[in-house]
Amino acid sequence: MLLRHTTKEIKEREALTVNPAKTCQPIGAMYAALGIHGCLPHSHGSQGCCSYHRSTLTRHYKEPVMAGTSSFTEGSSVFGGQANLLEAIGNIFSIYHPDVIAVHTTCLSETIGDDIPQIVSKAKEDGKIPAGKYVIHTNTPSYVGSHVTGFANMTRSMVEYFSANTGVKKNQVNVIPGWVEPSDMREIKRLAKELGVKIVLFPDTSDVLDAPQTGRHQFYPKGGVTIPELISTGDSLATIALGRFASTSAAEALDAKCKVPCEILDLPIGLEATDRFIDTLRTVAGVNVPDSITEERGRLVDVITDMEQYFYNKKVALFGDPDQLIALTEFLVTLDMQPVHIVTGTQGKRFEERIRKILKSKVPNANVRQSGDMFLLHQWIKNEPVDLLIGNTYGKYISKDDDIPFIRFGFPILDRVGHSYFPTVGYQGGIRLLEKILDAVLERQDRDAGDTNIELVM
Amino acid sequence: MAILEQRQKQVYTKGQSVFEMECNKPSLAGSVSQRACVFCGSRVVLYPIADAVHLVHGPIGCAAYTWDIRGALSSGPELHRLSFSTDLQELDVINGGEQKLYCALSELIDRYHPNAAFVYSTCIIGVIGDDVAAVCKKVSLEKGIPVLPVDSEGFKGTKKDGYRAACSALFKLTGQIPVDNMSQYSMNIMGEFNIAGETWLIRSYYENMGIQVVSCLTGDTRIDDIQRSHGAALNVVQCSGSMVYLAKMFEEHYGTPYLRVAYFGIEDMSEALYSVAKFFKDPEIMRRARELVREEVEVIYPKLLEYQQKLTGKRAAVYVGGAFKAFALVRALRLLGMKVVMVGSQTGNKDDYQQLRNICDEGTIIVDDSNPLELSAFLREQEVDLFIGGVKERPLAYKLGIGFCDHNHERKKPLAGFAGMLNFAAEIYSSVHSPVWRLSPYRQKSNQDAADKTDFQDSKACVFDSPTGFSRVYKNA
Repeated sequence: MLLRHTTKEIKEREALTVNPAKTCQPIGAMYAALGIHGCLPHSHGSQGCCSYHRSTLTRHYKEPVMAGTSSFTEGSSVFGGQANLLEAIGNIFSIYHPDVIAVHTTCLSETIGDDIPQIVSKAKEDGKIPAGKYVIHTNTPSYVGSHVTGFANMTRSMVEYFSANTGVKKNQVNVIPGWVEPSDMREIKRLAKELGVKIVLFPDTSDVLDAPQTGRHQFYPKGGVTIPELISTGDSLATIALGRFASTSAAEALDAKCKVPCEILDLPIGLEATDRFIDTLRTVAGVNVPDSITEERGRLVDVITDMEQYFYNKKVALFGDPDQLIALTEFLVTLDMQPVHIVTGTQGKRFEERIRKILKSKVPNANVRQSGDMFLLHQWIKNEPVDLLIGNTYGKYISKDDDIPFIRFGFPILDRVGHSYFPTVGYQGGIRLLEKILDAVLERQDRDAGDTNIELVM
Repeated sequence: MAILEQRQKQVYTKGQSVFEMECNKPSLAGSVSQRACVFCGSRVVLYPIADAVHLVHGPIGCAAYTWDIRGALSSGPELHRLSFSTDLQELDVINGGEQKLYCALSELIDRYHPNAAFVYSTCIIGVIGDDVAAVCKKVSLEKGIPVLPVDSEGFKGTKKDGYRAACSALFKLTGQIPVDNMSQYSMNIMGEFNIAGETWLIRSYYENMGIQVVSCLTGDTRIDDIQRSHGAALNVVQCSGSMVYLAKMFEEHYGTPYLRVAYFGIEDMSEALYSVAKFFKDPEIMRRARELVREEVEVIYPKLLEYQQKLTGKRAAVYVGGAFKAFALVRALRLLGMKVVMVGSQTGNKDDYQQLRNICDEGTIIVDDSNPLELSAFLREQEVDLFIGGVKERPLAYKLGIGFCDHNHERKKPLAGFAGMLNFAAEIYSSVHSPVWRLSPYRQKSNQDAADKTDFQDSKACVFDSPTGFSRVYKNA
């Protein structure tokens, strides 16, 4: 019993976080930056930050993850990190040849007060930035928000640095996918193509963090949104931002900067959220939904219909990032399941409001918490046991201790593969989620069945 | 290939130039270094202490990224596998985090009743200037357990400085209580972290020799073991970087002598036992050591020879954290008939690299604080069949289509000790000869070449010398 210390009795903690359901901003900025083609993310802080982010992303994606660091020393923390960043910019362009360096800060450089744009201007004056190359930045103090905030901030910076309104509209739609897997980004592009809508997806980590085995290590894999594409987002018809927490900031910045109107939607996870995404994309692009997509939708509904008896009233606990949880909660309700405990480590009152709204008639007394941790989730589960647990790899301790069927979903997943390759967004993604839910629930039913009542046909 | 100009003196090919390694210096800004920070060094050293709580004082990241990622096993409590943080927010940074630290520590100790608490300072603490030591002292008095500040602000040096900070914290636990009933043949195992249960193996060897193991720092250890550790007659230190500081502090304060050893590979493992036996100057202990080595080697050697036949002539590259591990790996790989064509470390010092140079063959590339671009170039240029490294190196090898062995946190089976050597050989064999490489475009040709050669090659006889002249010659059966 690894979590033998978790007590049923819940006492509000003032200052202590036990087993977090979030991590810090910079890793989100690094992940987002990897979704720009030819970009080297750069961590302006101590070496450890960069090393931890790279290791964590590598463990999740099973891919090499490249990023530079300013390698702060005691001196930099006293005199500021300008010298380090200038040196870094020079070194990176001379040896790694990226098209873009995407600098994000850390708690250390934020607290010291390094002014990144000023340092970058200096680098430009000093001739350290070759013609046609870019250095962009975002501020990601680790003591504000979470990794989701860092992702949102870097995505907004893409708009701030690149998007341009030339006055000539392009027949394309911007889609900001939120912090989802490369597989999900690929699926969103496929759906748009199926609809016949040209989209610019940014960031886009497909073909970056799901690169094929070629016998070569490509420092800059072929995927990622390109700079010309990013520039062109200012001329798009509209922006669809998926996931309020991860994508709103960039979408609104694009509206403010280039007057590109935006629609902010939930992540297209599950039936209804995908419906809204398809419908919005159809409307803003002025196209009709082809039969092929209607049929995909029909297949998802068909699976739900076929297996509805197994979903009914199953209690579920879930934890992870707010955008994922909002969409997933709605999907579970569609399935007639009962999400009873929901925790995100990320801050946001809106999260609780939105979840409560979704659960209003189905589970009015659900436990919902923003800025929570997994210790609290475990305590809730001890008070009201569940049939299913959904969340990242760290759920395995709770699952093991309390013998709860467990589905890995979210970030990070350190002990299984699949998330990079099979989407959970869209109708197809919905079917995959159903398969996972049913596998978990039915496996448990089989395991617990006796010789007399084990069923062959389910 | 391109090497950053300022890094030219950190890359050396044996036999090609004057050896003058510039190491022990901060990484070049902008380099995609594989190194970590001071906090990381402290965290890995203290992490295995399972009956203490480890509170990370700072924003959430440092606690989140180090949550249960080091496979250090415990035979009892599991507190080390949980993640505790003060999760500092913006206002805490402005107003200072001492109060929050105090509350968090008190809550933590009340809830978990640990035998000690370690409080890690992260980067930001060094800037906002919280008096962590004062808070620890206060809580220690109130709760009646040791509460130890670890000065591990990330920017204050390299991982090695983190080892030093961890050792200073550990040292404070010692010397407080009187120790009786210690055998004259007693020792502490230092620098062994029980990854995949390795400490259990090593400990059993020493105990079978008739030696009392007082504590193991820090694999599967308990606070009260550490508190008695100054009573041991000898410290045996593995791993050059992490715990030599502690051994030196023991020597200075308690007069405890120390030996440096390694537990990887038959030669180093045998030597680790013989050197301890020799230290105690007791014929019975030496006899038992010889017997143990003989028995263990007799079990694994025939099997090792089988692997050796399959691995002879294969080319290996090694890139690890500490240089001492690199020495042991070079020897262990050589025993398996493999040729080490590249070897490097994140934190080696001048002496380490000199020693590496001495044990390596002509043409071997020796590198300090390398990066992925260099590493993948070396791997290809040197036509490597196997790469040994850690988490960030694994996908590089795999992308190139090269076998890999994790010799860091993510090893899943013990690789230390005699049984570990066999696991090591088995793991290397299975990776080097995995059929998957046949599917890799880059490797298709070289695999074809290899298949054309005959399977059988003569293995060299292998000689083990004990310090007392005891020797055995194992011949290929």
